[in-house]
Amino acid sequence: MGEHGHGKLNASTAKCVTCARSIAGAEIVIVLLGADTAPAAAAAAQLAGVSRILRVDNAANSPPLAAVLAPQVAAMAADFTHVFGPSTTFGKDLMPRVAALLDVAQLSDIMAVEAANRFRRPVYAGNAIQTVETDAGARIVATVRTASFEAASGGGSAVIESRDVRAHLPQHTRFVSLSSADAGRPDLQTARIVISGGRALGSADNFQLLYRIADKLGAAVGASRAAVDAGYAANDMQVGQTGKIIAPELYIAAGISGAIQHLTGIKDARTIVAINKDSEAPIFEVADYGLVGDLFTVLPELERLLG
Amino acid sequence: MSKVMVCIKRVVDYNVRVRVKPDGSGVITDGVKMSINPFDEIALEEALRMRERGFATEVLAASIGPADTQQQLRTALAMGADRAVLVQNDGPVEPLAAARVFLKLVEKEGPSIVILGKQAIDDDNNQTGQMLAALWDRPQATFASKIEIDGKVARVTREVDAGLETLEIDLPAVLTTDLRLNEPRYVKLPDIMKAKKKRLDTLSLADLGVTANPQVRVLRTDPPPQRQKGVIVKTVDELVAALRSKGLVS
Repeated sequence: MGEHGHGKLNASTAKCVTCARSIAGAEIVIVLLGADTAPAAAAAAQLAGVSRILRVDNAANSPPLAAVLAPQVAAMAADFTHVFGPSTTFGKDLMPRVAALLDVAQLSDIMAVEAANRFRRPVYAGNAIQTVETDAGARIVATVRTASFEAASGGGSAVIESRDVRAHLPQHTRFVSLSSADAGRPDLQTARIVISGGRALGSADNFQLLYRIADKLGAAVGASRAAVDAGYAANDMQVGQTGKIIAPELYIAAGISGAIQHLTGIKDARTIVAINKDSEAPIFEVADYGLVGDLFTVLPELERLLG
Repeated sequence: MSKVMVCIKRVVDYNVRVRVKPDGSGVITDGVKMSINPFDEIALEEALRMRERGFATEVLAASIGPADTQQQLRTALAMGADRAVLVQNDGPVEPLAAARVFLKLVEKEGPSIVILGKQAIDDDNNQTGQMLAALWDRPQATFASKIEIDGKVARVTREVDAGLETLEIDLPAVLTTDLRLNEPRYVKLPDIMKAKKKRLDTLSLADLGVTANPQVRVLRTDPPPQRQKGVIVKTVDELVAALRSKGLVS
C-alpha cells in the first residue's frame, strides 16, 4: 500500500518495499489509491525491486479515508500473499480494516522478517520483542515499522498499470479539513538530523532556540510528549511510542529526561546527543554524547558554534 | 435514548517496568499491578462527558479477559459507567476475535457510539477499533483528540502524522482515543462503594457464539537490544568537535 499525497510518494513506501524484499522470492507490487496517482506512480516505479505499480484513480479516494479505501484494497488482496502498509497513521488506520474485511489477523509494526510467515515486532512500548508466526499459506496483512528499514534505492523501472476496482464505497465518512503545523521544514520522519525539546524548554517561545539550530543544520524539530502536552509544540511533532518513531543519523534531545516511551521512538537513531541539566536523567543511558548543562546557555552556544 | 459502549482492556499498569522472562516465554505478569489500559480510560472519560453533556443516556463498559478483569470493570463503574459486561475468557484473544465479541455486544446493546483506546499498552496492536468498524460496516474515527456530536453526526479531530485531520461521520460509529482527548477523572471513595451495587454481567465467548481461534503464534519474547552508553562531554566545543569528526555536522 503506497502512501502518497499532493502528488508525492511518502518516504514510508520505500521502506515498506525494503521490508517486502526481505521475503525470499517475493514479487513486489505497489498499489496507489487516489484521485490522480500519476505523479506518485512515476516516483514509485523507480524504486528498486518493484515489478508493477497498480493505480486506482477515483475522486472518492482523495483525501484517503480508511473506510473508503479498505474495501478496494480487500478486493485486490486476492492476488497477493502479503499485504503490507506503513506503520504511519495512514497505515495504522487502514490496514486493520482491510484485515478484518479479509477475515485474517493483522501484524502490527514488523521490524524484521525471519521467514515468509515469521516476523519480529515490538510490544510493551519496545520493552520486549516478540517473534510471531502465522499459519503457512495464510494471507498476511501487516504494518511495517518504517524506522526499522532503510528506504529502497532508486534505479527501478516498474510497469505502471491502471485498475478499476469494483467495491461498494461507503458515504458515511466525510473529510472536513487538515490543519498542519508544517512551516516548510524538513519532515520529522525522513530528516537526516532531528533536534527535539522537552518540557525543560519551559514555553513555546523557547522552542525558537531549537528552530534556530535546526535552520543551521537543515534539521527537523521534534518534541517530547510532555512538551506537547504542555502546549509548547504541535501534536505532529511528538517523538515516541505514541507519536512518531524515527531513525535519523543524528538525534539531539534537549531537556528531555528520556521516558521509556520517548526512547522507544528514537532507539534506531544512529547517533544520539543528550543535553540535560540532570546528570541522572535516563536519556544519558542511551546517548552517544551527553552534555550536562543548562539549556539556556548550551543551546545558544551550540547555535553560535555551528554557525 | 443514546447508549455509549466503552471497550476496556486489563493490562500491566503503565508505571510497571516490564521484564522479559529469562526463558523467552513472555513477560513477567505474576504479582504485577494491573490497570485499565490508559487509552481506554480516556475513552471512558469521554463517554462519561458525553452523558454529562446530554448526548448519552447510558454508558456501558465492556471487557474481555479472565475473571480478575472484574477489578478493572469495577473501577470503570466507580468512575461513572452505569453498567458493565465481562466476556470471560482465560486464553489469548487477538484483536480480530475481540472485534467479533464487541460486534456481538453491539448487536445486543445497540450503542450509538463505541469508543475505545487507539491501542493497548501491552501488545501495542492498534487494531481492535478499526476491525470492529469494518465488521460492523460503520465509520471509524481513530486517534481522536476532539469529538463533537450533533444529532446523528460526529465531527472528530484526529491526530495524524501530517497534523490534525477533521472528519464528519454518521452515527453509529467507532471512535478510538488519542492521549490528548481529555484527562480522566480520579475515582472518589464513595463512588467505589456505589460501584459495588452496579450491575456487572458475565458472559462467555460461547454465549456470544464466538471462538477465539488465534491465528498468530508467539514463538519467543526477547528483551530489546541495548544501546551502548556513550561518553559525557564537558563543553559545547567538545560536543561540536566530536560531531564534526564523525561527519554528522559541517
